Amino acid sequence: MSGTSRDEGILRDEPAATDTAPREEGPVVATAGAAAPETGPGPPPRRRPRISLVAVLFLLPALVVLGALVVYPIFFSIGRSLFDRAGDAFVGLDNYGEIFQSSATLTALKNNLIWVAFAPAIVTSLGLMYAVMTERVRWGTAFKVLIFMPMAISFLSAGVTWRLIYEENPDLGLANAAARGIVGVFRPPGEYPGARPSDEDVLAPAGQGYATSETFSPGDSSTLGLVAIPPDEVPADSVAAVQPPAPDGGISGTVWLDFTTGGGGESGVIDPTESGLPGVEVQALRGDDVVASATSAPNGTFVLTDLPEGSYRLALAESNFREPFGGVSWLGPTLVTPSIIVSYVWIWAGFAMVVIGAGLAAIPRDVLEAARVEGANEWQVFRRVTVPLLAPVLAVVLVTLVINVLKVFDLVLVIAPGSAQRSANVIALQMWKTGFGARDFGLGSALAVFLLLLVIPAMLFNIRRLRAEEG
Amino acid sequence: MAATETATAKGTTRSGRIVRAVTHGPLSIFLLIVAILWLVPTFGLLVASFRTAADNNATGWWTALTQPAELTLEPYRNLLGDEEMVRSFVNTVLITIPAATLVVLVAALAAYAFAWIRFPGRDWLFIVVVGLLVVPLQIALIPVARLYNVLGLFGSIPGVVLFHLAFGLPFAIFLLRNFFVGIPHELLEAARMDGASEWRIFGRVVMPLALPAIASLLIFQFLWVWNDLLVALVFAGSESQPLTVTIREQLRSFGSNIDIIAPGAFLQLLVPLIVFFAFQRYFVQGLLAGSTK
Repeated sequence: MSGTSRDEGILRDEPAATDTAPREEGPVVATAGAAAPETGPGPPPRRRPRISLVAVLFLLPALVVLGALVVYPIFFSIGRSLFDRAGDAFVGLDNYGEIFQSSATLTALKNNLIWVAFAPAIVTSLGLMYAVMTERVRWGTAFKVLIFMPMAISFLSAGVTWRLIYEENPDLGLANAAARGIVGVFRPPGEYPGARPSDEDVLAPAGQGYATSETFSPGDSSTLGLVAIPPDEVPADSVAAVQPPAPDGGISGTVWLDFTTGGGGESGVIDPTESGLPGVEVQALRGDDVVASATSAPNGTFVLTDLPEGSYRLALAESNFREPFGGVSWLGPTLVTPSIIVSYVWIWAGFAMVVIGAGLAAIPRDVLEAARVEGANEWQVFRRVTVPLLAPVLAVVLVTLVINVLKVFDLVLVIAPGSAQRSANVIALQMWKTGFGARDFGLGSALAVFLLLLVIPAMLFNIRRLRAEEG
Repeated sequence: MAATETATAKGTTRSGRIVRAVTHGPLSIFLLIVAILWLVPTFGLLVASFRTAADNNATGWWTALTQPAELTLEPYRNLLGDEEMVRSFVNTVLITIPAATLVVLVAALAAYAFAWIRFPGRDWLFIVVVGLLVVPLQIALIPVARLYNVLGLFGSIPGVVLFHLAFGLPFAIFLLRNFFVGIPHELLEAARMDGASEWRIFGRVVMPLALPAIASLLIFQFLWVWNDLLVALVFAGSESQPLTVTIREQLRSFGSNIDIIAPGAFLQLLVPLIVFFAFQRYFVQGLLAGSTK
């Protein structure tokens, strides 16, 4: 260890130090110093016990606490995991077998695997990206502070924050509001979701839309009645429906709400008070191909023109009936784990960025310059010089994150709603539920020991790193 | 932060300046978008915490941006009038302050021994401490719960503090010991020549020199304990539970309790945020010194 030579110095200086030590400065040291020279037989044993006593006093509080609350519990848990839930009967490794059999723990294992496979890698890549990028903008420090800020926030508050974001209703949850905006561009919601034909003999379901059973030829007219449209969802520009206009060489028709408020209307007939349905996309089909299309006017009329001779079916396109975007179930059984991982990335990216950024600052600039002078472009410099030089730092970040991810608990507990907790389960959460919910101390201990086993490689990594650093 | 020095160093070379000039535009815009994305969740919680439950259950928080009249102090008034919330807030303080200071004190003593006193088995013992860095605290929940039952500490604030102390120690010892070995040994030798005892050297020479490390550690532990949920969930009783546990209890009916959850959560994160912005430099130093926990 690096401190060796200094420590020899301590030993040599010790007698002088204790002899002149003022009385009030801790009698322990003074006594120890005075007693040792007389009792010790030879130089090495004489020095050792005396120094040790000081060391013991310095170490005692830490060792007692660590021993009682960390080290002893490790052995206790290992022992306890071999007994049943009440601790009466020795069950050997049965509790460990249970981990690989019960569906709750298997889900937890699977989810931990997903966590370990994705979260550390995503966090580290983002951290690397941000660290490299912030070096090149003037306001890099401000950016770093901002990205790093979530590190100071508790998992509980972060969890609450993300639960707000993940609300399924697009009116409430930001994620779905944004998704609705994007989906709306590519698949705008239909004007008449939920509407259906008044007479299924006229219009039969075809895919998500409807198509006529009979065929029409240029010169024909049709009446296409729809029902199940609430009055408040009829567009404001709608006016009373009229009979189909003259086909004029094409196929004409009327799409209308075949329903008279207050009753009295006749189904399939355009009654005077019934409304036209504007904005309906009507298509002429030959076989299954769309040959022409038209959009209905405020009074519900449309004319399909430019049709070659022949017979066509008329279809009301799917887009007319498309439901508005209802929101993705971010916290439903399938997406809950990826969604929580996103919130984790939000919290930890700053950590990776800062640690990698410090590593980046330590890279000699002339190495990068040399590569640039050699003609390497920025990407090559990054890929061939920066990343390899950063490898040790990246390894530390990854290992730290893997340990952290294995122990993930609060985020899952807070973000996953009650209904999705089983699907989002992780080992640490299951341990808490088993030990303190179900009070099964045997299985709970086994889960804790299992968690410990998982971090042992990281433990060895740390110890090796320490040894390498200390030489 | 380190980036500032880097940027300056970079600006001194011609190619560095050119690269920066070229990448300045689009990169800046990209980072701006990322920064906004990163800020939105916290900002959303802040805005939501100033709206009533009825508003929050009818529309998203962003409607308040166009209808600022929605914003009201009522949720915070209710929060501060809620006896349980106030008590939990006090409990959080009562748990965090002793837990953070004790860790620093106990760890500093041990770290001093590891760094400056030679005793048999020292290296071996330190390796054990480094090994304990990553031990998941789950391993101790059941045994310590039993121990606390015997000692009568279960459900009490000292019990929670003691557990935080134990699991904060490995990191704290590691961090401080690494800082202590870096102190020039001439300083210690000079003190010893002057006849100072180990206690005196520890208190008068090493501790003052280690203030930056101690500050980082203090902030780290403060945030760690302040933000803890699991330890308190297991060891705190209904009278001694901190804010995190109390808010967590409200989560069962998220929608209807949003007017207490959102301001509660914001209050919970406000203190760490203030600490973070006030002592950002130390926070980052602590993080870099021991990114293993």
